[in-house]
Amino acid sequence: MKPTDTSNPDYFHKVVDCQWGCPAHTDVPAYIRMIAQGEFSDAYMENRKSNVFPGILGRVCDRPCEPACRRGRVEDKPVAICRLKRVAADHRDDITARLPKAPDKSNGKKVALIGAGCASLTVANDLAPLGYEVTVFEAMKTTGGLMRTNIPQFRLPPKVLDEEIGYILDMNVDLKLNHPIESLKSLLDENFDAVFVGTGAPRGKNLELPGRYDSDRIHIGIDWLESVAFEHVKSIGKKVLIIGVGNTAMDCCRTSLRIGADNVKVMARKPRGFFKASAWELEDAEEENVEILVNHSPKEFVIENGKLTGMKFELMEYKVDDNGRIDRGTSVGEKIIPCDDVVLAIGQDNAFPWIERDIGIEFDQWDCPVVNEKTMMCGREGVFFGGDSAFGPKNIIWAVEHGHQAAISMHRYCQGEDIEDRLPDGMNLASQKMGMHEWSFSNNYDGAPRRLMPHVDLKERFKKIDIEVELGFTAEQAMQEVERCLNCDIQTVFTADLCIECDACMDICPVNCLTITHNGEEDDLRTRLRAPAENHEQALYVSAELPQTGRVMIKDEDLCVHCSLCAERCPTGAWDMQKSTLLVPYAKDEISDESAQPLAGASA
Amino acid sequence: MSYIAKPKVTHPGMPKNKLGLTARDYEGTVSTLCAGCGHDSITAAIIQAVFELGVKPHMLAKMSGIGCSSKTPAYFVSQSHGFNSVHGRMPSVTTGANAANRDLMYIGVSGDGDSLSIGVGQFVHAIRRNLNMCYVIENNGVYGLTKGQFSASADIGSKPKKGEPNKQEPIDPVSTALSLGATYIARSFSGDKEQLVPLIKGALMHRGFALLDIVSPCVTFNDHEGSTKSYAHTREFYYPVVDMDYVPPAEEIKAAYVKGEVMPLVLHDGSTIVLRKVADDYDLTNRAHAFKYLRDHFDKGEICTGLLYLDESRAEMNELMGSIDTPLSHVPLDALHPGSQELKKLQSRYR
Ligand SMILES: Cc1cc2nc3c(=O)[nH]c(=O)nc-3n(C[C@H](O)[C@H](O)[C@H](O)COP(=O)(O)OP(=O)(O)OC[C@H]3O[C@@H](n4cnc5c(N)ncnc54)[C@H](O)[C@@H]3O)c2cc1C
Ligand SMILES: Cc1ncc(C[n+]2csc(CCOP(=O)(O)OP(=O)(O)O)c2C)c(N)n1
Ligand code: SF4
Ligand code: SF4
Ligand code: SF4
Ligand SMILES: [Mg+2]
Repeated sequence: MKPTDTSNPDYFHKVVDCQWGCPAHTDVPAYIRMIAQGEFSDAYMENRKSNVFPGILGRVCDRPCEPACRRGRVEDKPVAICRLKRVAADHRDDITARLPKAPDKSNGKKVALIGAGCASLTVANDLAPLGYEVTVFEAMKTTGGLMRTNIPQFRLPPKVLDEEIGYILDMNVDLKLNHPIESLKSLLDENFDAVFVGTGAPRGKNLELPGRYDSDRIHIGIDWLESVAFEHVKSIGKKVLIIGVGNTAMDCCRTSLRIGADNVKVMARKPRGFFKASAWELEDAEEENVEILVNHSPKEFVIENGKLTGMKFELMEYKVDDNGRIDRGTSVGEKIIPCDDVVLAIGQDNAFPWIERDIGIEFDQWDCPVVNEKTMMCGREGVFFGGDSAFGPKNIIWAVEHGHQAAISMHRYCQGEDIEDRLPDGMNLASQKMGMHEWSFSNNYDGAPRRLMPHVDLKERFKKIDIEVELGFTAEQAMQEVERCLNCDIQTVFTADLCIECDACMDICPVNCLTITHNGEEDDLRTRLRAPAENHEQALYVSAELPQTGRVMIKDEDLCVHCSLCAERCPTGAWDMQKSTLLVPYAKDEISDESAQPLAGASA
Repeated sequence: MSYIAKPKVTHPGMPKNKLGLTARDYEGTVSTLCAGCGHDSITAAIIQAVFELGVKPHMLAKMSGIGCSSKTPAYFVSQSHGFNSVHGRMPSVTTGANAANRDLMYIGVSGDGDSLSIGVGQFVHAIRRNLNMCYVIENNGVYGLTKGQFSASADIGSKPKKGEPNKQEPIDPVSTALSLGATYIARSFSGDKEQLVPLIKGALMHRGFALLDIVSPCVTFNDHEGSTKSYAHTREFYYPVVDMDYVPPAEEIKAAYVKGEVMPLVLHDGSTIVLRKVADDYDLTNRAHAFKYLRDHFDKGEICTGLLYLDESRAEMNELMGSIDTPLSHVPLDALHPGSQELKKLQSRYR
């Protein structure tokens, strides 16, 4: 293999599994260390920089970082990254003085953001401080989009939403509620310099089966949740069937339990392991005694005397092949399950009835606009998309990242610059050595298992619909959990010229990451390392030829616990522990604005 | 020396041996030697060897004298027996232990000072007795522990860090052992675990005195330019003669050897040593030939390594003495201590 090119910021970034896994590249280990030092406000601001809504996301983020977290490979459970984010939010002081502010003077450019969901709000957050006149048009009577209308209050209290959305609106954002945009064409005729579409994927999927329209007790999940949120719906029958087993289904079943149901079944077409819901959402639902029935494929709604009495299912059997792929299944019988209500939670579609098809915006076969994944601009210049409206339903953190990228493009576009020619990511490295055996971070491995989130008592929590179930970590729990983080951003950095091949680093490494051997192709090398190197997702860090024997030093990045022992045992300092800081450009960093500076360390 | 102990966390895919243990289970406390010391690398090789052999920790006895090298038994197999003796006296303590208990596997770890300077008298007699042990000399050419004075293995002309080059003849443990009739003689290098680990396995399984002279650079006092025991010098003049693999009894010998002919040698317990001759002109069963060969290459400044001599035929100390198989601790007290009457009877036989 060729020596690893560590000058590419992606190399060390990828070692920080959580940050690489986070669509917005939140600097997780940095904020975890701030929490460890009791600097909650700093930790909050570090989060806010990239993910804008730490209090919200600390509760309900989809947390792609956690399955990615290295700790989950070293032992069972990843670091409770999301819960620690909430710790930062819960314990922060008043940070209003540290928030970005809108300047006194406008920069003379006007932008329109359609929808007041997290995607649009992120764009507003990034552009308002640069002097843009930002107008947000929202169809509903309130802000937040699905975060408010669909994520139940027992998971996300409205107070948290109001606070973090308030931070943004306070930057002179002109919010127009109850203001649906009914024609994009006419909006484009107004004199906005750029338009952002953050209208989400608002259509819940329907299930066209016999009996569908013969009862008013069959509900579309996202519409029903919205009605509950706006208190148009205040009750449901005793026996409820939820069709589908994604995250919406989990919110539907738990909401039902709070407004009158006492027997809720989630009906899954496939077996466990093929559910869309995250493991933790399933756990939380099952904790509330929701029953999940597998291998039930819906066949028809059973209506007796004009009344919904149950639902008929086909009982399925599936074959799973060696690669873990499941077949389409065969029906082996039928069963009727009695119920009072059915909630359909089988997905969402995009819908843009208000966008004319003759204004230069191309739509694909699923009625999604064709949007550039990097710039977020569609075929019509000056019109940008983000969040669920861009590529179909995803989650909040993706919507935020889209917002950041769209803001960069809108800024460049309004300043007359090429939107493709954006700043690249940068990377800073700084040694963390403080003395012979002293490092600037807590380098010892703490074997403590993941802390469990305390929940409100099972009887208490159903008394009202807005009792937040998760209580947040206690101070003790937070202090234990932070120590589980392996500080993956403190990189092992190698200088081949200095190595005398004494083997000290190899011998001390607790997880056998390091090997000195003759070079070869990657597949061959992976069989010759000191510990099995079967995780091909993780890079091999290959050195230049070593001076004494011409062999190479190889580090399998997979399981390094960043204990620094290699660097401590190295007599020549060939290994060093250096903190990598990923420099992610935002709209404010783009050079076209006079007040903004180019990013330090950014490589062209 | 590190402030934190090596964390207990391990790679989930680490192999296990026949006892279900991983190599990590054979570790000791964290080393207090200088970072980069060759001795630490030898410690790691010993751990690997006993792990691969599946040695039961409580059946191993670690013996040593005084020196940085002699400290290292603390750094491997914490669950075993150990005796850290007086400077240069490890061989006699091991002799006593071995006489009392033949069941244990003995590994002695010594230094060039411990074995060739102060302890040379003990060393040569242990060889003469063919004491059944694996005797490791971690050879750095200096007294590391006392800050780097030349030891008896320093080569003529080798430069110290400060002061005058050495002028006295070195004692070569390999040729010394050859002349005294040691039955398993090898030389290796702390920086070549591929060669070293099988040599240690063979030495532990060999019946009789097995000497491993291992060049083990002292990073602090003897790794500079002009030293003949530095990493760089050893690598430059490294001359592998015979590489070997150790194959436990009943395991199939895979004929995957490219260079040289395969000559399996069977040890007393049925295990095999498979040789890969790197130099075609070497015969490791012929003492006179080996002696001359090694001397010729030594004169050229080359460091011959590998399994250099093997003789499985000679009886080890306990066999020579005709002492009983059972460890004395297992012999009932009345048999072990038959009383003064029996002693008198015995003495009368020699009157
Ligand atoms: C039940 C449910 C639970 C979820 N739980 C989670 C979770 O726990 N974690 C997570 O990360 N994600 C979750 N999601 C997904 C997440 O809510 C969305 O991905 C995210 O809200 C998308 O944000 P957005 O800004 O793109 O759109 P939205 O949040 O959908 O906001 C769009 C806004 O635009 C407005 N709008 C639409 N059309 C117009 C128009 N023509 N004119 C003016 N305004 C308009 C809408 O009223 C709305 O306020 C969940 C989704 C559902 C359905
Ligand atoms: C009887 C006695 N004499 C001298 C010493 C001082 N002393 C301690 S270690 C040592 C030399 C050790 O050299 P070596 O065996 O080569 O070990 P190294 O430290 O080089 O590994 C000496 C002379 C001693 N401890 N005891
Ligand atoms: S251990 Fe810490 S730094 Fe590493 S991936 Fe997990 S949270 Fe991120
Ligand atoms: S920091 Fe070094 S010694 Fe520690 S796990 Fe990583 S590679 Fe191994
Ligand atoms: S400890 Fe340092 S000098 Fe020794 S092998 Fe490792 S990197 Fe090389
Ligand atoms: Mg010495």
